[in-house]
Amino acid sequence: MELILLLFTFTLAAFLGFELVSKVPSQLHTPLMSGSNAISGITIVGALIAAGQVEGNLSKWLGFAALVLATINVVGGYMVTDRMLSMFKAKKND
Amino acid sequence: MQFAINISYIVAAILFVFGIKMLGSATTAVKGNRISSLGMLLAVVATLARSDLGYEWIAGGILSGAIIGFIAAKRVQMTGMPELVALFNGFGGLASLLVGWAEYEKARPDWSAYLQLDENNAVPAPWFSAIVIVLAIVIGGITFTGSIVAYLKLSGKIGGTATVFPGQKALNLLVMVGLVAVGALFSITVEGINAQFLFLTTVALSLLIGMLGVMPIGGGDMPVVIALLNSFSGLAAAAAGFVISNTVLVVAGCLVGASGLILTVIMCKAMNRTLGNVLFGGFGATSGGGGKQVEGEMKGISVEDAYYVLEAAQSVVFVPGYGMAVAQAQHAVKELAEILERNGAEVRHAVHPVAGRMPGHMNVLLAEADVAYEQLCEMDDVNAIISTVDVAIVIGANDVVNPSAVDDESSPIYGMPIINVHQAKTVFALKRGQGAGFSGLVNTLFFRDNCRMIYGDAKATVSGLVSQFDE
Repeated sequence: MELILLLFTFTLAAFLGFELVSKVPSQLHTPLMSGSNAISGITIVGALIAAGQVEGNLSKWLGFAALVLATINVVGGYMVTDRMLSMFKAKKND
Repeated sequence: MQFAINISYIVAAILFVFGIKMLGSATTAVKGNRISSLGMLLAVVATLARSDLGYEWIAGGILSGAIIGFIAAKRVQMTGMPELVALFNGFGGLASLLVGWAEYEKARPDWSAYLQLDENNAVPAPWFSAIVIVLAIVIGGITFTGSIVAYLKLSGKIGGTATVFPGQKALNLLVMVGLVAVGALFSITVEGINAQFLFLTTVALSLLIGMLGVMPIGGGDMPVVIALLNSFSGLAAAAAGFVISNTVLVVAGCLVGASGLILTVIMCKAMNRTLGNVLFGGFGATSGGGGKQVEGEMKGISVEDAYYVLEAAQSVVFVPGYGMAVAQAQHAVKELAEILERNGAEVRHAVHPVAGRMPGHMNVLLAEADVAYEQLCEMDDVNAIISTVDVAIVIGANDVVNPSAVDDESSPIYGMPIINVHQAKTVFALKRGQGAGFSGLVNTLFFRDNCRMIYGDAKATVSGLVSQFDE
């Protein structure tokens, strides 16, 4: 049952994603991309669970590597997006 | 506790949705990004609240990742943005691959015990688990090596042009078919003795196909590739979400997958090419592949003479391209634009959707140089008024202003929407030398009567014009 719910969620999220982005002006394509790239770092949740296992040797190491990479993706991704967007904002105040 | 965690995941998903929505408008974008980062923080904190985790490894992983990410984000130049985004993207993909792998290692010793562990009863059978693990591995692996090749091309560590060799398509097809076969065999025989070997082969082939797939794609097609890989990194996260039955991964990953796909389609449309043509065309490797012979010659003009024309101009349009990024000329351009405005001219910056190496690349650079948002015009708006423009200054752009796209049916880029600078009264083309653009196509614009070439480094040329005005 849970599996069907997951698939259901996936399908609805796909439609939502298409709706959200279809009318973005081209000026914002880069920030949108790097912002959504940061969101794709959500895999950090899976990495946390894998790295936090109490047992499991190789599995834990793999989780640890995943966690480092996902954190770079998340932290770096949000920060560069913020940097880019702040530039767009700054000149609006002129 | 599990209930509270799940509620937090729902709230995080809502924050992501609002975040992406607000990223779509200039006035709300900064806030949107912060809201989405809040969602990420919430998802992480909620996960940490699980009772079954040991925290030493987690602390170490988060700390080292955060430091690396922080330094990379602080130090990058705006011109280096495309390759950094590509790199981050690749890391996300590899992380999803590793999450899938870690889950496989958990299950491998005893599948029946593993399936009973799953209190949600999400997974009906080993083969299903195996399939979603394969998906996470394949999509994550392609995203990783594909992004790394894109990163190497964008940062100039390997040649930016398309790398093609005889039999390449056949090889790619072979690897792809092999990957599907091995992945399927692994899923069916996941409890068999060869499963681990098949699994490792799947990992290797996924990494290989990502590399082979991006190699034949040239620099000017990078905006499409980056957008597509971005979409893949989302789908990889969603696949990892199915592996560990986690809703927030599925939702957030899928949102990114869908939005990345839309961007990809927009980029393809802006080049009048299909996605298949971009991915498998090997565009730009075959130089001079079609197009009419050009008559006439390119006519140069000195910076002094260009100054006299600009001094009298009432309306000026800048058309930046990748060359502006390479020369880091954006600040000089902004300075020249200000002087021209004080001189009474109306100034616009016309940005083609695929100018540069990632979607919206030029906008970011011009924004860095403090160019007013209102002066940034999209292609269609500029084309509407282009015939009234006195001077169009093309800075390191090439294919996006090539009139062959409009009037030469035999040209490979025929039908691609361009900025019609050839209809302006005068065109100044700033160019390093006389060679063709990345696509290897001759740009007929440069041979037109109303076009004058200013050779040399774009930044030096623009600065030269600025100092002419100062005198």
